[in-house]
Amino acid sequence: MSSTNTASAHADGPMIEVAGLNKWYGDFHVLRDIDLTVARGERIVVCGPSGSGKSTLIRCFNHLEEHQQGRIVVNGVTMTQDVKRIEQIRRNVGMVFQHFNLFPHLSVLDNCCISQTWVQKKPRAEAEKTAMEFLERVQIADQARKYPGQLSGGQQQRVAIARALCMRPEVMLFDEPTSALDPEMIKEVLDVMVELARDGMTMICVTHEMGFAKTVADRVIFMDQGQIIEQAPPETFFNHPESERTRLFLSQILGH
Amino acid sequence: MAEMATRNEMIEARRPPDQRRGALGWLRANLFDGPLNGTITLLVLALLGWGLWPLVQWALIEADWLGSTREACSGEGACWVFISARFETIVYGFYPEAARWRVDAVFLMLALLIAWLAIPRLPAKRWVGLFALVGFPVLAYGLLIGGHFGLMAVPTREWGGLMLTLTIAIVGIVGSLPLGVVLALGRRSKMPLVRGICVVFIEFWRGVPLITVLFMASVMLPLFVPTEVEFDKLLRALIGIMFFWSAYMAEVVRGGLQAIPRGQEEAAKALGMGYWRRMALIVLPQALKLVIPGIVNTFIALFKDTSLVLIIGLFDLLAIIRAGLTDSNWLGFAIEGYVFAALMFWIFCFSMSRYSQYIERRLHTGHRN
Amino acid sequence: MLRSSSSERGPLWRDPAVRALVIQALLLLGLLGLILLMVTNTLANLEARGITTGLGFLQERAGFSIPQSLIDYSGDSTYGRTFVVGLLNTLLVSGLGIVLATLIGFAVGIARLSSNWLLARLATTYVEIFRNIPLLVQILFWYFAVLQALPSPRQSLSLFEALFLNVRGLMVPAPVAQPGFEATLWALALALAAVVSLTLYARRLQVRTGKALPVYRLGALILIGLPLAVFLITGRPLAWDLPALSGFNFKGGITVIPELMALWLALSIYTASFIAEIVRSGIQSVPQGQVEAARAISLPGNITLRKVVIPQAMRVIVPQLTSQYLNLIKNSSLATAIGYPDLVAVFAGTTLNQTGQAIEIIAMTMAVYLLISLVVSALMNLYNARTLLKER
Repeated sequence: MSSTNTASAHADGPMIEVAGLNKWYGDFHVLRDIDLTVARGERIVVCGPSGSGKSTLIRCFNHLEEHQQGRIVVNGVTMTQDVKRIEQIRRNVGMVFQHFNLFPHLSVLDNCCISQTWVQKKPRAEAEKTAMEFLERVQIADQARKYPGQLSGGQQQRVAIARALCMRPEVMLFDEPTSALDPEMIKEVLDVMVELARDGMTMICVTHEMGFAKTVADRVIFMDQGQIIEQAPPETFFNHPESERTRLFLSQILGH
Repeated sequence: MAEMATRNEMIEARRPPDQRRGALGWLRANLFDGPLNGTITLLVLALLGWGLWPLVQWALIEADWLGSTREACSGEGACWVFISARFETIVYGFYPEAARWRVDAVFLMLALLIAWLAIPRLPAKRWVGLFALVGFPVLAYGLLIGGHFGLMAVPTREWGGLMLTLTIAIVGIVGSLPLGVVLALGRRSKMPLVRGICVVFIEFWRGVPLITVLFMASVMLPLFVPTEVEFDKLLRALIGIMFFWSAYMAEVVRGGLQAIPRGQEEAAKALGMGYWRRMALIVLPQALKLVIPGIVNTFIALFKDTSLVLIIGLFDLLAIIRAGLTDSNWLGFAIEGYVFAALMFWIFCFSMSRYSQYIERRLHTGHRN
Repeated sequence: MLRSSSSERGPLWRDPAVRALVIQALLLLGLLGLILLMVTNTLANLEARGITTGLGFLQERAGFSIPQSLIDYSGDSTYGRTFVVGLLNTLLVSGLGIVLATLIGFAVGIARLSSNWLLARLATTYVEIFRNIPLLVQILFWYFAVLQALPSPRQSLSLFEALFLNVRGLMVPAPVAQPGFEATLWALALALAAVVSLTLYARRLQVRTGKALPVYRLGALILIGLPLAVFLITGRPLAWDLPALSGFNFKGGITVIPELMALWLALSIYTASFIAEIVRSGIQSVPQGQVEAARAISLPGNITLRKVVIPQAMRVIVPQLTSQYLNLIKNSSLATAIGYPDLVAVFAGTTLNQTGQAIEIIAMTMAVYLLISLVVSALMNLYNARTLLKER
């Protein structure tokens, strides 16, 4: 059980702290008694069968989903219904979606600048500079003037990562970032994510890319039926899974 | 790591901690969710109380239903006696009383055909549909106009009321659908002249109001034919309506044609089919099925616009009711008359639009499988 | 190429290119024949009826009166002038209708998406009722059942003794500019220019420094405040010509004839029910993921709406909206059923009946509507080309 209970806005506390989290869709109990602490700089991979609540869990961290019970503290800020506070949390949390969700009517550059302009109120030149810097980092700066519809899936997802990074978040959430991609494009996105991990970004990734989990993750979390079944460092998780459910899941996903 | 590593006992699902269920919870969630919503709810309720209640009182509670003369109207609410007294005329127009069974027979046939076509489970749709498009109009026309097999002849100027409205609507759809299909195919033709003619034809009718088309049909059409030819007024209106709506139909069908993947036609070509076979056997059946909702919507628009024939002096449902309003025994019932006309049209149009939505949902689920 | 080697060539009539040519030639011949037949018939008919063709009749004296005209018109004016009067009246009711239909339509469409169950139901009911009743029925209802049932001028319904509503229409005060009123107009022009430059300046300021000015609030303040201040300082140089009862009718003010009111109301209410559906489906067409993405990068609600949802919804809404506007313009021709003097009622109605120049008049009338349709469609295509999503 979590022992750290300090909820002050300290920059040296845990990055995300979740205690007794419960969520229902109507009568359906999607998240059950979740306790989780994510340290600064920690890289976590969340896996589990579909419908196990893993996407819902990370979507609670930036209040795309509302929870009914429990406490979420992100970067020292406790999640409440207060709009200002939610926006404060969201500024510190970057998110990458399964279906990219780039704005199709804005160019790649504008996608990266929009929140810098309207949230951080930066001058245009500065916003563009930051945007180009991150587009450079995901190696797509040469496409900055194009529109999302003109790019391949892998390119779009890299732009989406750059867009999230432009807000200089403290933590990045990845919601199955590679499941909508063609096989040959998965690698280019994973490479960017590995790079990001090396630079020390706190990351929580919902993904089925077990190779990625093995090389990058500090901890792998297995979820089923809305609860955390098992969590362990990757070597232990993959080589000596303790729970029967985990073994079954791994045997299905790794294939025989 | 301070947290537990493995869970061996699963947590059972629990009921949500709720304030949101039951009648009160529903009210809270849907009507009084915050001060803004609460205010809106109260405003809407006030509006309903102010508008709806007097309407109900007028139309139902204080209305007069029984009787056959003007004396039956108490004057407090609506006087529906005005409608019931002339209901026969509203349905049959000036059709001779002795021959009204013929109209009833056509109505019955129409109802059966529509039911057969509208209920998805019934078989032999293709043949019934073909009969509805070809056999039924001929049969119905023969029955209605009479003048043979010992049936009394009833010229079209004696047609009227609901019967005329339905006649115009049915002829409109039966005529404009095939013409629309041909135009849609023509618009996609590779022959520039064919395509050009179809584009001009379609865009012309879509660019002008139906009234000017009806005016054109009633004053210009007689000029186009030799002087000796007598041109029935109803027929002239029908020709105008058919041309006008065929353009809209063509655009609906074209949408369906565009939605059929190119591969379908290529596959048909690979099987050695010629143009007409490809269209008739492969492309059109799929395209038309896809645009049934669009066709029904066009038909609703056509049905509503049949009322325009009133302007060129035909006595459709609306015109008959309007004529009744000028009856010196029954002055002052304009509200009742127009409300009833609105209700009649509304029942037809609303049920058709519901049917079109139902088909749309069915098509959507059908495509996913 | 099959056709290059003549030895492999089949019979001529099986060559697709030859076939296409023959089909088109036959079609052309048929079409020309039909036109020729129609022209000869028409000429014969016209001669038999003693009608001369041509546009000469436009110069003749019309001799009938028109109840509403935006330009000077009397019985002594020409038939040509009746065309212009009718056209202007069509444009007037269409313009008024488009404004009101848009307002009601957007309000109802947004209300349909409200989280308030009652409001959403009310909006749905509105749409289901009014789009399923023929427009003509609605026009006749408003005119004969509502406006014709209003009291006579002597028993007018009145508001502040300035607005009067009776069977002859709605009488409203007419503004009469006094000397010095030009200053207010100039102030209004100045305020407009100021708002435009403020908007431009705010945009530049934001690009340069990132600071956002409250453009809407400042703009509204300038636009209303400046002309109002000038108007008050110059001593309120505007008089109102109030309608007043004299004898059996009203004198003074502006009279909105009941025909215009009925047509305007019916057109707006009917078209609004379609616009509401367009607005609803347009907003719903923006995927939920777009809003989520905007939230995830912490865009506030109003910016999400302005910069993410509305631009994408408008792409769906505008083309359909335009076609509804065109429908409204075409539908305004139903004016003829209640005698509102629009183009069809005046020109294709009275003028046609008096002159018998059916072909010329119907052609001119149709040409007007066609021209409007073509111009609007051309503008629409331009808009579509500009806002087209760039895709691979």
